[in-house]
Amino acid sequence: MLAVRDLEVLYGDFQVLWGVSLEVQEGEIACLLGPNGAGKSTILNAVSGLVRPAAGTIEFCGERVDRLPTHEIVTRGLSHILERRRVFPYLTVEKNLSLGAYQERARPHREESLAWVYDLFPRLRERRQQLAHSLSGGEQQMLAIGRGLMSRPRFLMIDEPFLGLGPRVVAEILEIIRKINAAGVTVLFIEQNVQLALEVSHRGFLLESGRMALAGPARDLLEADLIREVYLGI
Amino acid sequence: MRRSTVLLVAALAALVLAVPLLARLPYHRDLVIKVLLFGMLAQAWNILAGYCGQISLGHAVFFGTGAYTSTVLQLEAGLSPWLGLLGGVLLAVLLSQIIGYPCFRLRGHYFAIATIAVGEIVQTLALNWEAIGAARGLSLPIRPDSLAAFQFHRSKYPYYYIVLGLLLTCLAVSAWIERSRVGYYFRAIREDPEAAASVGIPVTRYKLIAMAFSAAFVAAGGTFYAQYVLFLDPESAMPLSLSILICLLAVVGGVGTLWGPVLGAAVLIPLSELTRVQFGGTGRAVDLIIYGALLTAVAVYQPAGLAGLLRRARGR
Repeated sequence: MLAVRDLEVLYGDFQVLWGVSLEVQEGEIACLLGPNGAGKSTILNAVSGLVRPAAGTIEFCGERVDRLPTHEIVTRGLSHILERRRVFPYLTVEKNLSLGAYQERARPHREESLAWVYDLFPRLRERRQQLAHSLSGGEQQMLAIGRGLMSRPRFLMIDEPFLGLGPRVVAEILEIIRKINAAGVTVLFIEQNVQLALEVSHRGFLLESGRMALAGPARDLLEADLIREVYLGI
Repeated sequence: MRRSTVLLVAALAALVLAVPLLARLPYHRDLVIKVLLFGMLAQAWNILAGYCGQISLGHAVFFGTGAYTSTVLQLEAGLSPWLGLLGGVLLAVLLSQIIGYPCFRLRGHYFAIATIAVGEIVQTLALNWEAIGAARGLSLPIRPDSLAAFQFHRSKYPYYYIVLGLLLTCLAVSAWIERSRVGYYFRAIREDPEAAASVGIPVTRYKLIAMAFSAAFVAAGGTFYAQYVLFLDPESAMPLSLSILICLLAVVGGVGTLWGPVLGAAVLIPLSELTRVQFGGTGRAVDLIIYGALLTAVAVYQPAGLAGLLRRARGR
């Protein structure tokens, strides 16, 4: 579904990604792992067109998208939930969600999508008239994911969905990611907690200093020596 | 709430209609006309800056475009100032897209700085462009009073009603934008441009749309000004100080609100006139000192401006 080949990205003179390749199959949950500054967010930003790659290709559903503006990539059924939630703080929960249904393709289904999102996150239904900035961190993350779902994506990318959240909310959101995946949406997410991420995922990618260090089925990665030594400490 | 709104609107309408009767001195009439004109300019600026979050400090360019287009068309081709107004609006919209396209690549302060630069460039061009009078400016010939000629000398009331009409149109369009889908896209872009892009909103396209609406009304104000004063030069029709004044009125009144900019104009324009009368030539900067103090107070105590203050008082 998503195929990234030999991706190179530079911020000014500073090269962040060095020939990164990865592939995500339809129906999977995949996770992108790695320490801070490894370039994980940059990969997602390049896929959704928020940054321009210097070299390499990005194919989404068999089509090149690496030269398209973000709004056209989103039209093709890709939704990117940015790091640190980035909800629109002074709009209500419901307006935030409605804005997610910007695309022509998604607009006629807005009511349906809204009902689906409210079913996934009953808490958002309770708070629909509240301004987004007054929500708790976990609720804002739910809102960000909900907003991303409003465009009816086939492919959902979530940048650090669990950042700064308590264990109970993490479990709740994990469960919802599984549900979204079960509804037929392919998911790629970034996470620092290697154990947690690999347990929900089918496939994992480990990035180090802008290069792909390890890639493969999640089960294999959990067994890999590098991961066991460096990230799990066993 | 509903009933009080109706009463408020009725009271405002009565006041607006009664103004020509109350303001008998030409000086007061001039003041009221200025308040309405600047209220409209500030609200037009607010469409781009308040709703869409793009702070422009070059709006005098569009004011000048409106003023010069109608004046030049009248002098050179004998065209009606009303058609000139339309021409000025169209030209300003076109210009706003040409200016906006490259400038919108810049964010926040950098965008604001770029618009100052564009404003200065355009003013310098106008100062040296012989065909539009260069630094000497342009004078419109005085014609007998008529709506077709857009000139009224025996009584200034028609100017009052025309500028009132412009202001109400601008407010109506703003109110429509506030409620429409477009208005929510503007606000999404203001609150977080990346997040707006990530949900698929074509950010630059909507910034350009906001810019077009904003420029159109400012240009209409420019034509009105030209017909009201009948003399134009780059120093009076497109100075940086005008761009900044427009921004100040909206900020003090309440950025991103429907009534704030008009409220700002209603408070600050008379204040500046008052200091001018009190201090004459020696006190030229006194109004700016007061503006500065007010702006600081707004920034520190009430970032939502006078409109925010009123809303809070009503909420209690």
